[in-house]
Amino acid sequence: MSHKLIVDCSTGVTTEVELTAEEIAQREADAVAFAEQKALDDAVTQAKADAKASAQAKLAALGLTADEIAALN
Amino acid sequence: MANTYEAIATVTVGSGGAADITFSSIPATYTDLIVKLSGRSTTSDADMYIAFNSNTSNYSRRVLRGNGSAASSTSGSDRYVGTIDSSGETASTFGNWEIYVPNYAGSNNKSYSIDSVEENNATQAFQYFIAGLWSNTSAITSLKLEFIAAGTFAQYSTATLYGIKNS
Repeated sequence: MSHKLIVDCSTGVTTEVELTAEEIAQREADAVAFAEQKALDDAVTQAKADAKASAQAKLAALGLTADEIAALN
Repeated sequence: MANTYEAIATVTVGSGGAADITFSSIPATYTDLIVKLSGRSTTSDADMYIAFNSNTSNYSRRVLRGNGSAASSTSGSDRYVGTIDSSGETASTFGNWEIYVPNYAGSNNKSYSIDSVEENNATQAFQYFIAGLWSNTSAITSLKLEFIAAGTFAQYSTATLYGIKNS
């Protein structure tokens, strides 16, 4: 996709404009940066889920029932 | 709907699609702004960014996300404003997205809040609640919605900018 839509609120007119080389480059750079941030976020989320599962398994090993473990959440 | 709620401009994407949508020359005559978007990406890329006044710096956000069985939260110093339907969702379905920008014409930093949902005839569909801040004191005169990567607004995606007056 190489064009964008601009709506002029003072006139209500919508124009279709080609993306500039700079805008295309910015999109590509944004995609790389966002993917890196998303990978970090996903890793944190997964680590939290893993820690929760580990804690629940240890509580179960101590004899707590599933209802008792759920009550701690 | 309050009688102080006015549609400023609407755009519907045509058959050629669009990489981004910008509302420009936003009048300073309202108190708050709302954009409502019914949107879909033609590709698997459906993560979106926002830009006020074409500025891409000094943004931060906190995201709460749920998919029907689990929830998570993230934060970051970027312009991320959620994800709408991609080519992976049920064909011809469109996600709903709304941003609220209070005091957009004032001289303080600009906060914004977003809620959105994907539409998908499947077990999983995400919903988002996002709190964002643009640390810039300029009055907002333009607002751009764009995909982060190679996303493209599909035909019939529609965005409407509303202005709200407090009296």
